Amino acid sequence: MTARSQILGWTGGTWTIFVKDFRSELRTRYALNALIMFVVTTLSIILFALGNESASAELLSGVLWIIVFFSAMSGLSRAFVSEEERGTVMTLHLIARPSIVYFGKLLFNLILLVMINLLTVVLYLTLVTNFVIRSYDVFIMTMTLGTMGLASASTIIAAIIAKANVKGTLFPVLSFPILLPLLLTVIKATQLSVDGAAFSQAAGEFRVLISYLLVIITTSYLLFDFVWKD
Amino acid sequence: MDELRVVGRKIKKSFSGRTIFSDVSFELACHEGLGVVGKNGAGKSTLAKIVAALLSPTDGTIDVEVSGEKVAQWRRHEFVGFVAPYLQLYEEFSAWENLDIFRRIRGLPISDKHILSLLERVGLALWKADTVRTYSSGMKQRLKYASALLHQPPLLILDEPRSNLDSEGIEIINEIMEQQVDRGILVVATNEKEDLQSCQQIIDLEIYA
Repeated sequence: MTARSQILGWTGGTWTIFVKDFRSELRTRYALNALIMFVVTTLSIILFALGNESASAELLSGVLWIIVFFSAMSGLSRAFVSEEERGTVMTLHLIARPSIVYFGKLLFNLILLVMINLLTVVLYLTLVTNFVIRSYDVFIMTMTLGTMGLASASTIIAAIIAKANVKGTLFPVLSFPILLPLLLTVIKATQLSVDGAAFSQAAGEFRVLISYLLVIITTSYLLFDFVWKD
Repeated sequence: MDELRVVGRKIKKSFSGRTIFSDVSFELACHEGLGVVGKNGAGKSTLAKIVAALLSPTDGTIDVEVSGEKVAQWRRHEFVGFVAPYLQLYEEFSAWENLDIFRRIRGLPISDKHILSLLERVGLALWKADTVRTYSSGMKQRLKYASALLHQPPLLILDEPRSNLDSEGIEIINEIMEQQVDRGILVVATNEKEDLQSCQQIIDLEIYA
């Protein structure tokens, strides 16, 4: 088998796993409904809590990422947990090599999180009056890199906890220390976007986020074989 | 695939300190079948999973060799077909969709006609568009055979092959087992003597407990 055909086969397999999960999600609404309800409910509670008070833009930047973090925690573990619960993990073992499974699931989590974060941001910008973005380029880059980092870390952690008995509790508990550097950086970068900072002023934060992304994806790829094997 | 060999060397499996079996060794060449027998709890399914690389042995090795070269574990799935009652398919998809997904994930250059002929072979062509959720347990078992044979595996592993099947289904799998020995290697884990007709070697796991 030539290198070209191997790469094409790998890409095709990864894409098929993503499409399978996406179509399955549209048919079963396994995670989507829970995620949408979580975002709507959490935002409503925040709006009620704020009432007529005007919170600072810095505080609201942090609150945005609280919503994003906890919506990721409620939805992104499904990529692997659903396979365990339905008993289809063995089937995946039989038809695909580990790297195809990992990157297919990563792609699914990434697209799912992009969709949910788009909804979150649109609602947040519309409904939270004191949260005004002055540097959209910084904000978009922050959301993009933050979403990618969140999806990457959540995917490998989901694979780890999928076999555990107390998955629901374990997922956020394991995720938080790993995601903490990402969260601190994206909150800071979001504050910069609210303050109207230039793109170059946020370059330091972007470098941290890109480095985080590369480290997490590389480590996950190397570890996944051991996590996936029984 | 005449150059195919499956070699198990002193395989041991323990769960939480309890040894299920140990020192299991065998060697299979092309056109050979291995029957794995034993009472309930002897480890038949466990050994079948180890051969399929679904489980790792506690000790010992299991190698699939092609022309003397060992196949890497991450490539074992290219050579193995596996059927078992506890194997699950994607119930929200139809039979056709399941096989199409497996075809694409495996990167197999096979046509829709091939998939249709497989479904006809296992007697599911009429229900190919129905979701697997609506299938009976016997129909699901037949679909598992279709998915296991999709890539024409040189090594076919069957755990309780006639589970949930009616007499017509049993005839189909008898034919599958005969054809598998004709072109490759067959491993059958079973309690039914009739399933061992294509097996030249038998391992009784009670001896290895």
